[in-house]
Amino acid sequence: SGALPFRATDYQVADESTPYEAVTGYNNFYEFGVGKDDPARYASAMTTDPWSIEIEGHATRTGRFALEDVVDFSALEERIYRLRCVEAWSMVIPWIGIPLGAVLRQFEPTSDARYVQFITYQDAGEMRGTRSAVLDWPYKEGLRMDEAMNELAFLAVGLYGEVLPNQNGAPIRLVVPWKYGYKSIKSIVKIRFVSDEPETSWKRSAPREYGFYSNVNPNRAHPRWSQASERVIGAGPFARRETEMFNGYGPEVAGLYAGMDLIENH
Amino acid sequence: MAKNAVLRSFAKDWLKPLTFWALALPGLWLGWQWGLLLSGAPHDLGFNPIEKTHRFLGDTALRILLISLAVTPFRDLTRWLPIMKVRRRIGLAAFWYAAAHLVAYLGLDLYLAAGMSLTGMWAGLWEDVVKRIYITLGMTAFILLIPLALTSFNAMVRRLGARAWQNLHYSVYPLAVIACLHYGFMVKGNQLGPWIHGGILALLLAYRAGVWIRSRMKPQPVASTS
Repeated sequence: SGALPFRATDYQVADESTPYEAVTGYNNFYEFGVGKDDPARYASAMTTDPWSIEIEGHATRTGRFALEDVVDFSALEERIYRLRCVEAWSMVIPWIGIPLGAVLRQFEPTSDARYVQFITYQDAGEMRGTRSAVLDWPYKEGLRMDEAMNELAFLAVGLYGEVLPNQNGAPIRLVVPWKYGYKSIKSIVKIRFVSDEPETSWKRSAPREYGFYSNVNPNRAHPRWSQASERVIGAGPFARRETEMFNGYGPEVAGLYAGMDLIENH
Repeated sequence: MAKNAVLRSFAKDWLKPLTFWALALPGLWLGWQWGLLLSGAPHDLGFNPIEKTHRFLGDTALRILLISLAVTPFRDLTRWLPIMKVRRRIGLAAFWYAAAHLVAYLGLDLYLAAGMSLTGMWAGLWEDVVKRIYITLGMTAFILLIPLALTSFNAMVRRLGARAWQNLHYSVYPLAVIACLHYGFMVKGNQLGPWIHGGILALLLAYRAGVWIRSRMKPQPVASTS
């Protein structure tokens, strides 16, 4: 890892940031195993340099681009966001990165691009977890175009002022703080501009449990976990907090869902 | 034979205490780790100690339950009869770990999440039992374990009679299946752990089915004639 240049922003969380050791030692990255410490143990096997991203679909500029051509490393900013996992725990993480909208606009999506799909790197040799069929690899996620263009949607290349550790989704990952953590797809190798709602991995695996939107919603009881409250990782074994609608980002994002039934469209 | 003498003395003096301590070990380890954590020392409970505790207690309960089901096949294969003296003890340990698993979930999750209110805890439990299939299954398995644990003492075996006792304890088979399903429905995605535990259970059940079928096919001895 190495230090990254960045500027501070007003994106802050009232609570203290989760310790670096917890942010980088307690991860869900099933490509490296289903244990929370598996990613920290095995993700170093992943080659992240050189890295390129394939741009496909309804956009003027498509093709394969080097990471440095996708992300302007002189324009990085820090945003401290709360990350709420669907497993009813949360962290506060100082990400370093660039707004997603700015990145997507470079490729000049056309009016047919109503959704955007993201796909994670896949390599059975480097990602031991993909040798078993926990999910249908590669991992896929997606956003509606207006969600992707929301000011909060972010592409992170670092955390705590340093290059992203592999277990956190190096070299580039999505951060969508008003949605459950699994929407924030890691180690992105492909971005597709599409006209219909794209396939997403967890919805495909268990549609009753995971919807396309996956907005943090304490009022929708998940069939696996109550979503009313969450464990605060790294703040002592008994630390809990009430879960907020849209993970507390309602003022910025509630407008995206005006008139939608968010229990039905979970 | 010297070897038999050693085995006999092991069975007589060592088997029961060793089994007891082996079964107690996971609990002692967990208690030790919580002691370290609460005193601020480095520990092995990770960044989500409550989750780790739930998983550890559940895994231990299920594994000990599977071990208890392996005792009879072990006896049949090795013809070492003394192992039967610890079968109930192993089964009872599975109950204790399952009880600890349930108490941890009630106390560390529901009670704390409900702002430390007992009524909130019970309401949370009821909501979980009706809404979450893996908790429905887990509670069912635990409730089925209770009569087995209550009748695991010599006095109760005598009181029920061997036949009735055996019939009651056959419920361990469906119970073990439910416990494996509880595990399978708990994990996200298609994970290996439940398949491995379920596979071991399937082998143990297949063995018993084989024994049962063979006993059915054999002509029943009428009375001893010679």
